[in-house]
Amino acid sequence: MARIPFFPHTQEDVSRMLERIGLSSLKELYADVPPEFFHEGDYDLPSALGESEVRADVEALAARNRKLIIFAGQGAYDHYTPTVIPALTSRSEFQTAYTPYQCEISQGTLRYIFEFQSMICALTGMDVANASVYDGPTAAVEAARMCVASVRRRKRIIASGGLLPCVRKVLETYARYGGYSLSISENPLSELDDSVAGVILPSIDRTGCICDLSGAAEAVHAAGALLAVYCDPSALAVLTSPAEWGADIAVGDAQPLGMPLSYGGPYAGFMACREALMRKLPGRIVGQAYDREGRRCFVLTLQAREQHIRREKATSNICSNESLMALWATIYLSLMGPEGMRELNEACYRSAHDLRGRLLSTGIFEASPEGEFLKEFTLVPRRDAAHLHKFLLDKGFFAALPDEEGRVSFCVTERRTKAEMDALVAAVELFAKEEGR
Amino acid sequence: MSTVKEGLLYSESHEWVRMDGDVAIIGVSDFAQSEMGDITYVDMPDEGDTLAQGEDFGALESVKASSELYSPVSGTVIACNAELEEAPQRINQDPYSAWIIKVEVTDKAQLSALMSAAAYAAKIGA
Amino acid sequence: MSYYDRLIFELSKSGRRGAYVPCGTGKAPVPFGNGSGIWRKQAPALPEVSEPDVVRHYTRLSQLNFGVDSGFYPLGSCTMKYNPKICDALPSLFADLHPLQDEETVAGARELLSRTGRFLSAVTGMKHFTFSPCAGAHGELTGLMIMRRFHEMRGDTARTRILVPDSAHGTNPASAALCGLEPVTVPSGPDGLVDPEAVKPLLGPDIAGIMLTNPNTLGLFEKRIGEIASLVHGCGGLLYYDGANLNPLVGVLRPGDMGFDILHVNLHKTFATPHGGGGPGSGPVGVCAALKPALDAVDGKVSAFHGNFGVVVRAYAYLLMLGREHVKELGPFSTLSANYIKESLRDKYKLPIDSVCKHEFVFDGLLDDGGREGVPGATTLDVAKRLLDYGFHAPTIYFPLLFHQSMMIEPTETESLETLDEFIAVMRRIAEEAASDPALLKSAPHHTPVSRPDETEAARHPVLKYSPDK
Repeated sequence: MARIPFFPHTQEDVSRMLERIGLSSLKELYADVPPEFFHEGDYDLPSALGESEVRADVEALAARNRKLIIFAGQGAYDHYTPTVIPALTSRSEFQTAYTPYQCEISQGTLRYIFEFQSMICALTGMDVANASVYDGPTAAVEAARMCVASVRRRKRIIASGGLLPCVRKVLETYARYGGYSLSISENPLSELDDSVAGVILPSIDRTGCICDLSGAAEAVHAAGALLAVYCDPSALAVLTSPAEWGADIAVGDAQPLGMPLSYGGPYAGFMACREALMRKLPGRIVGQAYDREGRRCFVLTLQAREQHIRREKATSNICSNESLMALWATIYLSLMGPEGMRELNEACYRSAHDLRGRLLSTGIFEASPEGEFLKEFTLVPRRDAAHLHKFLLDKGFFAALPDEEGRVSFCVTERRTKAEMDALVAAVELFAKEEGR
Repeated sequence: MSTVKEGLLYSESHEWVRMDGDVAIIGVSDFAQSEMGDITYVDMPDEGDTLAQGEDFGALESVKASSELYSPVSGTVIACNAELEEAPQRINQDPYSAWIIKVEVTDKAQLSALMSAAAYAAKIGA
Repeated sequence: MSYYDRLIFELSKSGRRGAYVPCGTGKAPVPFGNGSGIWRKQAPALPEVSEPDVVRHYTRLSQLNFGVDSGFYPLGSCTMKYNPKICDALPSLFADLHPLQDEETVAGARELLSRTGRFLSAVTGMKHFTFSPCAGAHGELTGLMIMRRFHEMRGDTARTRILVPDSAHGTNPASAALCGLEPVTVPSGPDGLVDPEAVKPLLGPDIAGIMLTNPNTLGLFEKRIGEIASLVHGCGGLLYYDGANLNPLVGVLRPGDMGFDILHVNLHKTFATPHGGGGPGSGPVGVCAALKPALDAVDGKVSAFHGNFGVVVRAYAYLLMLGREHVKELGPFSTLSANYIKESLRDKYKLPIDSVCKHEFVFDGLLDDGGREGVPGATTLDVAKRLLDYGFHAPTIYFPLLFHQSMMIEPTETESLETLDEFIAVMRRIAEEAASDPALLKSAPHHTPVSRPDETEAARHPVLKYSPDK
């Protein structure tokens, strides 16, 4: 019977096991099931494939996607993945382990999560970070819930209209089902009152502009609320950190730390906060401990916050994190180091400013809005934004992403070569010529 | 076998109350601390918070458990035991001297809803 | 496994690095750190290490870990089956797809999602799926949002409470509360099952539905599910299926045929994608035909983009290998293995409910824990720790909460008879050790890199990040 490579039971094994149980057929294992529930007949699945056929099938599907040169961001950034990362994260001791419940045989996982937490704290300037959550937008939702759980008798969250659309969308979805009420505002600080538990501001807004957050924390705190900042951890290597701005919570997506775009996931959300909020931070947290021989080791800690203990009183239902992706980010940051992260941001800055200048020279864009930026920027096209986007798509570029206001955004990472940028500019010039006719 | 201290009032949710004038001094019983095991953290309200009888005002945490604390009386929190921030194990060591909060009581009649030491001992089978 | 006590930060030496970065195009002067308020004044304290440092450090860390590939992992409720390697080789084919790319440029990825949805429909009996949820608990929450939305769309806003059995996974009441629903506990009967008579008095116009996992967390099939379904449907509620325990039903029964309206599936359990030390997972949610509009209302709106697509690719490949031929072996084999272990150990461990189990079962501690006057007996924790000495992962312990010494064992269909026999022999030896010398178990594990950390002290004085002086 063992025809599938990962079902080891032979006919003889099955007979022996049934004999031990005192049954004569596999069907009898389901004797407690009312007969009307059995699924009789074949399942509507294709005939089983062997490994080589599976590979061919998925390769054929992948071939139906178009390979584009990515000049867009909006929450997913095309940074390079050093080969070391998949080589290490695919080690099966990491990949095939569960959540580190038995700490004696999970020190590998526990140690890298502790390192991840430490690196997120270094980037955000915060005191405490968790082991990661699903993604950036759900981290923003958890931040909203933390604010409500920490500020007595207040439920309202004001989120900046400058947050990425993917973040706003998820905040809005969750708000609909309780826990917090949400206002989206272009000027959150002007709407503060005694119903507000927290304010969520971007560190870089959806147009790519770096936000000057001076005074924000003071205003939010004066109103008795907490400030959460949504940030790009890669950019934080050169930007003033959320903690330096006076924020209480920092959240975002770790995807820019060398994670492939992968059609949207897996990525990893990160969350960090001030020590005073430590026990309101959701998700797994790893802490240092000593074993009975006095050896330093690491354990899951502060678990009394979590759903398996608090059940309906828990502030979050999250159990797993995105552990392997946290490892991904940890290895990335180890390889890059402070110098590498600075150089990476310099490369993005130079290339993005170069491209913006050249695009403006084509004459079909107006500059908008003004403000310092790193790798992502927005322009106002003098032609139809959707047309421009489609035109570039046909030429093999994913670029000029239209937003709700008819502007288009571009993003340039260190992966984009001079030749690719020349080709994009040439395509835009061609568009200008053809549309001008 | 857990001890029940004479002269205190007890709630269904295992808090004890000692009255000092209009002030209720509140802690948890020996039974409650032994059920929890090693207490790692005591979540306490802010001074000045107002509590209704039966409202939760914090929680005890151990490595594998969490237990809400419920106020046996209505009133205003006038003090929290700061010593428990550094040494939550005081509750394990001596639950009847390790008080958690002091509440200025608004309605002393509520005390009649609480149990005597004897009644509480009977409830927990001590 | 030997002890290794370094953190990557402790390998740092100023001036080292492990990656090359191109310098970009153009000549724009870079203003970082120029004194303007938006730029950081001091570089973040990241380690400075070479590529070989990094490779060796994380290789050593991996050697401190135990995974399914290291050995038997009978962790109940977690379905730690073997993860086929071909599945891991395929997601990189989609690595360069931006999640916002125009539909016509991602035809292959969309087709993969739609086929996986059809395959999951075939296996579960649900009609439509969303892949937005990134984990099981995320799927649960999404499923409950769909439930609430369904009632709202009918103009029924009074349904604010949801039934949850006392044996449920902790995520069930937590997800319900987060979704604005008040969980109402249904007590289990003496046979460990939900009794329709206990459900009846709780029903009413305020009940949105019931959350069930079937088989339940004791590994027992809720055989009165048909009656429960008609009761709950009869009062206008919906049935939610927590897919954590789907494994034993695959190829035999379908939740959709039992009256469930909504379910989530843990691709990282039932469909063999690796757990990754706690994620990434994927928790697609399926619904019956009538709930399609409610599903559409949340599809794509609970996570950044399309959920954990890379995980779905793995599950798709697994389903292709399973096919219509092998799917029918999956559930029965997992059930066979669980019953085989149960029957082989019940003379040494306390079996609280004597019944044919499904993919997993629960013991309530040792029959003879070795406890005597002045000698404390061995507990479930001690058995779990001793198992580590013998090269096995421990079962899930102290869950479900229905028993004091719960030990939940789930072998899965990918473990051979020889592996099961080795595990049984070790569990029997541990029971004998407990009876004669419980102290040996109490001091276990003896052969792991570390042993029984002081978790109380770690929680009282948390150290949650590296600092050079600690």
